[in-house]
Amino acid sequence: MASGLHDSDFKNPVVRWIDQRMPVFTMMQKEYGSFPTPRNFNYFWNFGALAMVNLMIMIATGIWLAMHYTPHTSMAFDSVERIMRDVNFGWLLRYVHANGASMFFIVVYIHIWRGMYYGSYKAPRELLWILGVVIFLLMMATAFMGYVLPWGQMSFWGATVITNLFSAFPVVGNWIVSLLWGGFSVDNPTLNRFFSLHYLLPFVIVGVVFLHVVALHITGSNNPLGIEPKSPKDTLPFHPYYTAKDSFGLVIYFIVFAVLVFFAPNYLGHPDNYIPADPLVTPPHIVPEWYFLPYYAILRAVPNKLGGVLLMFGSILVWFILPWLDRSPVRSMRFRPVARIAFLLWTVAFLVLLYCGGQPPEEPFVTISRVATAYYFAYFLVILPLLGRLERPLPLPESISRAVLGGGGQVPAGAAAKPMEKA
Amino acid sequence: MAESGAATASEGTPRRDFLNLVTASFAAVGVGAIAWPFINSMQPARDVLAMASTDVELAPIAEGQAVTVMWRGKPVFVRHRTAAEITAAREVPLSQLPDPQPDQARVQKDGWLIVVGICTHLGCVPLGQKPTDARGDYGGWFCPCHGSHYDTSGRIRKGPAPRNLEVPQYTFTSDTKIRIG
Ligand code: FES
Repeated sequence: MASGLHDSDFKNPVVRWIDQRMPVFTMMQKEYGSFPTPRNFNYFWNFGALAMVNLMIMIATGIWLAMHYTPHTSMAFDSVERIMRDVNFGWLLRYVHANGASMFFIVVYIHIWRGMYYGSYKAPRELLWILGVVIFLLMMATAFMGYVLPWGQMSFWGATVITNLFSAFPVVGNWIVSLLWGGFSVDNPTLNRFFSLHYLLPFVIVGVVFLHVVALHITGSNNPLGIEPKSPKDTLPFHPYYTAKDSFGLVIYFIVFAVLVFFAPNYLGHPDNYIPADPLVTPPHIVPEWYFLPYYAILRAVPNKLGGVLLMFGSILVWFILPWLDRSPVRSMRFRPVARIAFLLWTVAFLVLLYCGGQPPEEPFVTISRVATAYYFAYFLVILPLLGRLERPLPLPESISRAVLGGGGQVPAGAAAKPMEKA
Repeated sequence: MAESGAATASEGTPRRDFLNLVTASFAAVGVGAIAWPFINSMQPARDVLAMASTDVELAPIAEGQAVTVMWRGKPVFVRHRTAAEITAAREVPLSQLPDPQPDQARVQKDGWLIVVGICTHLGCVPLGQKPTDARGDYGGWFCPCHGSHYDTSGRIRKGPAPRNLEVPQYTFTSDTKIRIG
């Protein structure tokens, strides 16, 4: 140490030489090798790692697609068709990229759902959760702009509808819209800037993901029981236990991904997007990509333009304050009999909105969307805050190892219920 | 010595606060001055703003027909209204309109309705230009995106759109010609 070198444990002379001067190997060993991880993870805990892999796939395929793509209104559509027909493996790159976006949202939705079900957003992981919501918003912006690039009918009209959302805001609305367009309508300047930003934002996501992981490695992971590890018996080293478990999940993920890419590459897309953009003809039924449908349903559920836009943005922004809306000290829904049902109903409401968002704006879908929207917000703003006070949770196990390994894990109900009664 | 030291200390703190404040303000102004060219460069460029006006020949458009022309990258609806359509637009009391505007204020010649063909909700192009199109409950235009109905004066009657279809700047250059823009 006196010489200023790091005291490395590695034996290999090359690794040791580097590690003494820049202890990245020591850091990796600490954060991903011996990192103490709760021993009771279920498969829901795979999805963070899957999202990381998915992000890298998107960046790799995206960089290669950009080598063949032309961001100009008169050439964009044809350059995408050229990628499909003439570029070697262009079809594979494009289908992996397009379906990769869907896979990314599937993975991240499950990841978020897991965080909500097991209370991963609660103290001390509030910032970790907030960074996750930031990543999700960046993903949405990136996906939206990426969908515009092929310059088909859905690209054009999706871009028109979404950018027009901002015109609902008083005073600054029109200024923002013309800032997004660079003209009087969605046109070549819009396509150019969307391409530029679509290339940029994934790297911003990488940065926020890094912060997300830093925050995770300070607090440690939550787990299905929602209680903190208390002794070394409650944890396992990340490697080989969870590297193996994540690898297994990864194989399943790749199977699903491959089925989509090779057998149903356009299943989640819209045929209209294989028609070149035409600013004079709106397709009779425009809908966003499936992963935006719930918010689109919320937008259409409100008969007022500004109100619809505010509720739509609010439906995600409310996630930011979730750690402070839910004051129950019990994290995992396993021990919250009432909140558990309320949350599963919220999940149903979300899926109903997803379905209604894809339907034409007619009855009965409008009324159904309204009911589901009302419940979506009631869950966050009324039900969770009330349950934090009123609900009596089930007794928590004494420790993770007791619960997992058996041997009288449950302590007398009164003792465990005490901390909750304080709230 | 002790006295002057105490004096400096008591004066030093507000002076340092002041310096910090001035430095921070200069930094903020500097950041703003640097950011502004970046932000402003995203607004429409001069060539986009200079896009020419559009001339439309009205003679070939028979009563009851409509044409769509492009102006600044947007569709503009030119509709030759029938007498029945004009009366329908003028009979409705203003109190029934979400965005009250008399029909007379929206046209220069009774027969010719000229509006920007962009739904004021979220920017779709409403249907109703072709005779086969659905024209909505009020005989004007119908926006299929989220179900806005416009009447024969291009005014919003039903649905989520907040305003009437915009009437662009235009002049009759002769009896059968208009220039939009
Ligand atoms: S864009 Fe016309 S109703 Fe929404």
